[in-house]
Amino acid sequence: MNILNNIESIRKEFPILNTTVNGNRLIYLDNAATSQTPNCVIDSISNYYKNLNSNIHRGVHTLSQMATEKYEDTRKKFSNHFNTKSSSEIIFTSGTTHSINLVSSGFTNFLSDKDEIIVSQLEHHSNIVPWQMLCEKTGAKMKVIPMNAKGELDLSAFSNLLSHKTKIVFVNHVSNALGTVNNIEEIIEESHKVGAAVLIDGAQAVPHFKVDLRKLDVDFYVCSAHKFCGPTGVGVLFGKREWLEKLPAYQGGGEMIEEVTFEKTTYSKLPNKFEAGTPNIAGVIASGIALDYINNIGLENIKKYEDYLLNYATKKLLEIDGLKIYGESKNKTSVISFNIKNIHPYDIGSLIDNIGIAVRTGQHCAQPIMDYFKIPGTIRISFCFYNTTDEIDTLVNALKKASTMLS
Amino acid sequence: MKIKEIQDQIVEEFDIFDSWMDKYEYLIELGKSVAVIDDINKTDDNIIKGCQSKVWLHAKEKNGVVEFSADSDAIITKGIVSLLIRTFSNQKPLDIINANLDFIDKIGLRQHLSSNRANGLNNMIKKIKFYAIAFSKA
Repeated sequence: MNILNNIESIRKEFPILNTTVNGNRLIYLDNAATSQTPNCVIDSISNYYKNLNSNIHRGVHTLSQMATEKYEDTRKKFSNHFNTKSSSEIIFTSGTTHSINLVSSGFTNFLSDKDEIIVSQLEHHSNIVPWQMLCEKTGAKMKVIPMNAKGELDLSAFSNLLSHKTKIVFVNHVSNALGTVNNIEEIIEESHKVGAAVLIDGAQAVPHFKVDLRKLDVDFYVCSAHKFCGPTGVGVLFGKREWLEKLPAYQGGGEMIEEVTFEKTTYSKLPNKFEAGTPNIAGVIASGIALDYINNIGLENIKKYEDYLLNYATKKLLEIDGLKIYGESKNKTSVISFNIKNIHPYDIGSLIDNIGIAVRTGQHCAQPIMDYFKIPGTIRISFCFYNTTDEIDTLVNALKKASTMLS
Repeated sequence: MKIKEIQDQIVEEFDIFDSWMDKYEYLIELGKSVAVIDDINKTDDNIIKGCQSKVWLHAKEKNGVVEFSADSDAIITKGIVSLLIRTFSNQKPLDIINANLDFIDKIGLRQHLSSNRANGLNNMIKKIKFYAIAFSKA
């Protein structure tokens, strides 16, 4: 599908794009924070509660079986999408942060003070803090892959950090703050050579291009549904079977057990072992609908269109006096982080909000990046396939006005 | 002037603005004006962190009233900070504790006080009240 030729009909499928904010039509440019939801996903949630609501895996009655089937079909959908060996390697969680905590918590048993783990300077806090907590518990040392001024990872420095002591490496596929697409293929290959496992945070990658987990040979991969037009509160954790079987259960409760007595309890097999309690059934099923939706448009088409928006916006923004872009990698998703002269990003974001433009300002939960550039934060715009060049033009005019007011 | 009178005065001043742009231009003007805190008091102890913009708040008791001085690294936040200082500084601790803060809402800048941790304003107001409580017991 050519998105440009169908942009109006695509936009009609997202009711929130007709909302007005402060008397102006919403221009939503904060998709890296969360994407908007098409009617089919909204309808799926509504339909679930109207016609299907029933606890899954537990009941013999029809509704329960229907709900279970839809839930497990969704698991297969994600398994197919990511090309995993088995759908049991797909675990539903409440989001990327939950998934990372699940894995890091599991590694408590595998690390000691003789071990090292490697993080990158580009990470979102959700892929730093759980691992810091792990180091505090186990005494393991954390090493950091440095970034360069273009917002890319220094992979030769990474090679020097790797050693036989390295047990796990965790890096984002795409930087949420800068849009840099990291060379995770090389990171995975080098890490495996020293016997280290790799967790990749794919939250900012999955909405923008196809990810083949079998080809990547990655040990763990995480993402969140609300970044690719799904509902909030649903995450997908992929783990290679051998790893998920090694990791201990994260949360105890119903569903994740085989047999419970007060003397001893045994745990379920995958995937249930990691899905304690009643999941967000409506959310999971709707996430599958969101996945279908973006696949119907086609991720290659999405990538092409978003690259077009990225190039258009970059060119227009650089016409603004005193504007500096952070994150200049040749390989980027449709994210632009910038500042204008010495103006505080909060001021710009506040002003343009008055004409309905939603951008993200601040540290983007990536303080190490802001510290590297020695700035309090940036203005970040992040596109989705329903944004338009007209919206970019309105943004640029608003930024020029705001810059004049604040200078 | 009492706290309520000052707030009413601020609301009256902002009432003359028809557009959000004029309102913000005034706020920016306030924010760009002379710093309302001495550099010597712009210390880490006096920082109130927001996720995005920082606020520094200094307080001292003098002759039965509390003198506040404050600053921010974002101009709009600083503009609002200057209005808060105007409202609460040189007032008796008990009057500060009992004051209702409603002018920000009335001048249409409520979003800057949202529980969203973007700026330090909410925490600054809490700290103003805590200072007043501390000075009232001294």
